[in-house]
Amino acid sequence: MFPAAFEYRRAQSIDDAIAALAEFGEDARILAGGQSLIPAMRYRLARPSALVDINAIGELGYLRERNGFLTIGALARDFALETASLIRERYPLLADTSAVVADPVVRQTGTVVGSLCHNDPAGDWPVTSLAARAEVTLRGPNGSRTVAIDDFIVDSFTTAAGSGEVATEVRFPSPNARTAGSFQKIERKVGDFATASAAAYLTLAPDGTIGKAGIAIGAVGPTALRVAVAETLLEGKKPTKELIREAAREAEKLADPTADNRGSVEFKKAMAGVLAGRAMTAALGRLGVGGLE
Amino acid sequence: MTASIGVAMKRKEDPRFIRGRGRYLDDIVLPNMLYLALVHSPYPHARIKSIDKSKALALPGVKAVITGEDLDAAKLEWLPTFHGYDKQMVLAFGKALYQYQEVAGVVATSREIAEDGVELVEVEYEPLDPVVNPFQSKEDKIILRDDRESKTNHIYHWEVGDKEKTAAALDSSAVRIKERILSPRCHPAPLEPCGIVADMNKATGRLTVYMTSQAPHVHRTAFSLVTGIPEDKIHFISPDVGGGFGNKVPVYPGYVVATVASVIIGVPVKWVETRTENLTTTGFARDYHMDVEIGATNDGRVTALKVSTTADHGAFDAAADPRKYPAGLFGIVTGSYDFPTAFAEVDAYFTNKAPGGIAYRCSFRVTEASYAIERSMDILARKLDMDPAELRRRNFVAKDKFPYSSPLGFVYDSGDYEATLRKALDKIGYDSLRKEQAEKRKRGELMGIGISTFTEVVGAGPGKHFDILGIKMFDSAEIRIHPTGSGIVRAGTRHQGQGHETTYAQIVGEELGLDPQELLVEEGDTDTAPYGLGTYASRSTPVAGAALAMAARRIREKAKKIAAHLMEVSEADVEWSDYKFNVKGIPGKSVTMKDVAFAAYTNPPPATEPGLEATYYYDPPNMTFPNGAYVAVVDVDRDTGHVQVRRFLAVDDCGVVVNPMIVEGQIHGGLTEGFAMAFMQQIVYDDAGNHLNTNFTDYLVPTALETPHWETDRTVTPSPHHPIGAKGVGESPNVGSPQAFVNAVMDALAPLGVTHLDMPLTREKVWRAIREAEAKT
Amino acid sequence: MKITVTVNGSAYTREVEPRMLLAYFLRDVLGLTGTHVGCDSSSCGVCVVALDGERAVKSCTMFAVQADGHEITTVEGLEQAGKLHALQQGFWDQHGLQCGFCTPGMLMTSYVLLKHRPNPSDAEIRTAIAGNLCRCTGYQNIVKAVRQAAGELAAEPVAAAAGG
Repeated sequence: MFPAAFEYRRAQSIDDAIAALAEFGEDARILAGGQSLIPAMRYRLARPSALVDINAIGELGYLRERNGFLTIGALARDFALETASLIRERYPLLADTSAVVADPVVRQTGTVVGSLCHNDPAGDWPVTSLAARAEVTLRGPNGSRTVAIDDFIVDSFTTAAGSGEVATEVRFPSPNARTAGSFQKIERKVGDFATASAAAYLTLAPDGTIGKAGIAIGAVGPTALRVAVAETLLEGKKPTKELIREAAREAEKLADPTADNRGSVEFKKAMAGVLAGRAMTAALGRLGVGGLE
Repeated sequence: MTASIGVAMKRKEDPRFIRGRGRYLDDIVLPNMLYLALVHSPYPHARIKSIDKSKALALPGVKAVITGEDLDAAKLEWLPTFHGYDKQMVLAFGKALYQYQEVAGVVATSREIAEDGVELVEVEYEPLDPVVNPFQSKEDKIILRDDRESKTNHIYHWEVGDKEKTAAALDSSAVRIKERILSPRCHPAPLEPCGIVADMNKATGRLTVYMTSQAPHVHRTAFSLVTGIPEDKIHFISPDVGGGFGNKVPVYPGYVVATVASVIIGVPVKWVETRTENLTTTGFARDYHMDVEIGATNDGRVTALKVSTTADHGAFDAAADPRKYPAGLFGIVTGSYDFPTAFAEVDAYFTNKAPGGIAYRCSFRVTEASYAIERSMDILARKLDMDPAELRRRNFVAKDKFPYSSPLGFVYDSGDYEATLRKALDKIGYDSLRKEQAEKRKRGELMGIGISTFTEVVGAGPGKHFDILGIKMFDSAEIRIHPTGSGIVRAGTRHQGQGHETTYAQIVGEELGLDPQELLVEEGDTDTAPYGLGTYASRSTPVAGAALAMAARRIREKAKKIAAHLMEVSEADVEWSDYKFNVKGIPGKSVTMKDVAFAAYTNPPPATEPGLEATYYYDPPNMTFPNGAYVAVVDVDRDTGHVQVRRFLAVDDCGVVVNPMIVEGQIHGGLTEGFAMAFMQQIVYDDAGNHLNTNFTDYLVPTALETPHWETDRTVTPSPHHPIGAKGVGESPNVGSPQAFVNAVMDALAPLGVTHLDMPLTREKVWRAIREAEAKT
Repeated sequence: MKITVTVNGSAYTREVEPRMLLAYFLRDVLGLTGTHVGCDSSSCGVCVVALDGERAVKSCTMFAVQADGHEITTVEGLEQAGKLHALQQGFWDQHGLQCGFCTPGMLMTSYVLLKHRPNPSDAEIRTAIAGNLCRCTGYQNIVKAVRQAAGELAAEPVAAAAGG
């Protein structure tokens, strides 16, 4: 299983990478973790004419809070989030996600930004990014722009990034004390893509009602999906078992999966609902609201 | 000198593996070596209209493109299959008969260029309607094999037992159950793919073949028969093999094409398959649709067993069974139970799928048989509202009935099924588990306990019944002791991780009072190893292990003469005990085997040949019959259908145990494979004939996180006919465990009225059963 | 392309195509056949090596050109001055291997694990090796092997710092 031939360029800076993309044209690809791209190349499903390797751009490996955001550079590996106490303590939704992406070896090389750019319908990071309302920064020949995740995700394996642009960062708004999330995933075994997944990111208002809600489901549509109806349902209300069940039903309704080895349409939709419910319950549990199981 | 048998000796083969210095097939590099890659059919059934090699041949680095037409011209297009009743195409010729069937081979100077060349071969196909279901195949509306004389998809009918008596007994039984039980198509998937380096040396006239082979001598003979090259001019070497599980028994098209390429071009040619090729073209396992009927009295004594099986063999009958057993050892289907009468029949059909059928530690269809009887006994227990352990106990072949002649023709050597089950139930705390289950059921929680008390049959086999391509299924050992008391031991088997380099040394060390650390064990090289039938179907310890003991005893016979000579006594006064030659009545007067070894070369008795060696070819008098009692405890998530295996206990009886650490390792591995089969593995072809599980993202191997913790124990009921009482164990966990898992899940779902679900018990399958049951209430 | 890769402490300069996978560079170009290839989809882990001493990498999912200027440790680099690494000893003592094909990958994944987490629980070991498949052992003895090695390395802090 050997890829078709391609050209290789190692970029020393972001500008270097942008210039290389321009030089090689639209069949060139950025190589960061490569954990999705290289397997596709080995099957010859992906046949880029050139790879622009950005792994030498050390400045992109950051994972830090800045100006009200958690900023994750393009070379921050899943493993960095999996092991960082900052993430475990302040961003449990991201801690949950980073513990179940792919497998523990792939996580040492795979990147969050790379996963968002790849935008596999069954990928985990797009789901979490939707729930937590992340933003992606793109840099290209015409400068820099920041795109909200809802606009960044366009279609299966398709994002708003232009062929000459490099995604340099994803950032998550830093939570206040009354915000928590949870990521739930069903996979047949470690390393499998999700059969279904769900992320809930909830902020409680001072009066104990749900202030802001982010609910997203994954592997049950052409892309990860925001369950906007569920969010609207939750906002302003006191969390109850029935409310969660209603919101979970909306997730099941919205889910639009295709049948495959992982399950039928009916099963995947049902699991999207079950996991959305479990994600909401777990998020609320982290906020000290119990008894909702 | 202390005992070597029963010792948990660390493995002698490990030092090279832990250093990454094993020598596997793809590690072999020969000068001027070329690489072979294969072109595959995208269609499950199609006429091949044309193959255009020109673009591939024009690619720099491509040295040859070989098609079925080329092979046919050289009379090498058709291979005999193992049990001889069919033949198979090497490369698709005229027709492609399954998706991914090999259509052409490209030989090039590098792996990458060979794959580039594969992309450039242009094949014109005319798709035909595929047949993907054996019941559909049975109708003979589309005949798949126009190369065969009889134009039918029905391959054979096989039966054993008393059909009339069984039918009558079933009809007159007070209680009767009937169930269609599927043993689904799956695949052994060892981590090392199959491969070959074929090296035709025109200067010496010898063909050297390195091959991932579980049976190098048989492969050498087969290659000789197919190519016409005499066996003395063929040298087969099976190097370190990264897992076999039956996958490395058949002869695959890639092997033949690489050999032909080497013969034509005159340089070594290497072919190593991709994982996709492994899963889509090499020998699958199972695919038996079994209709099982059991009759019983009201108090749970079984009266009769009938099993009618529809077998899906794929496009060729390449099931690697011994010649007289087209359905393998399926007749073991009466299992551990004393059925007064039984009848079993198998009808096999061609379909547009890859060929195979005998693999994945199946002991020749014993996995299928054991699964059928153990599932059915549980279904019967439920119908009788009887505890499944009690039903089994009531029907076990009693301890005093051995050797036991089953109604389907086997003579079981020994067993104490009651003791094995009792040990398992005591250890797992069966009674308190049932109490816990009763409490949980009140709260609607789904907890299940599943039992499997299996008896299987291994050690193929007695020459009067068992042969492969006509060669009797004996096995062999050759032992030579050196002057300074160490030795070399060669056997006709070929391990792929089972630890023969250690266990064989232990067997010989025990017999000869020599240190196993100083007995070098070799297998796999046909120029030096005595002829053997290879390692599969758990036959190594029963057959080669016996040969080793018997060869060692021949050495001891001669050694006794030498000892008598050394001690200046008559042979009649010498006895072997405590690992020494002692003189009767004179304590303290003794010589060791080491003393004898030195004397064999320096001071042999008059009229005795110098040296100290022996060979033994062992034709076993019978098979051996290991048994076990396995218990699984599971908890089922009602909302997702996920099954959590809370506990699993395996109590095995494989007779005398040579190395308990190695036996335990075999059990762990087999239980993990059984777990995979029960919950996540199946090779599925859709209605259009597309193979849906072509790589490890779609054919699932469990990781350390899904895999349960295994508890193991043993009972020991020696085999009375085996020289050291050993029975073999490698396949028992695969034979015994899937049904324990499935029985446990069915037990958990019993309050919902679910009676049977087929493997694999995916979350969806369990979830759906729960939803359907809830809808009824 | 000309690349220089340091493998097990020795620098190798070779001319390679960009599409050559690191696994095949190690095996076919350098003759270090301890690193194996077992699948097409980056699922099995028999190809795992250590990158720059701190990251376990599937060498079938990395190009040799990416390793230019970097350090790779393979299974052949574990033994130092004739002394087995504690992990190798652990696998041998605890019967953590049967056919040996997954073993180099298991060793290298565990090697990196113990660098990041010197005292892992059994659950943490199982999690860490969940990217490495084994068909023979059922993982149970592999966990015991890694646990033994962790204990050995903890008991020899000086030796671990020097060469581990």
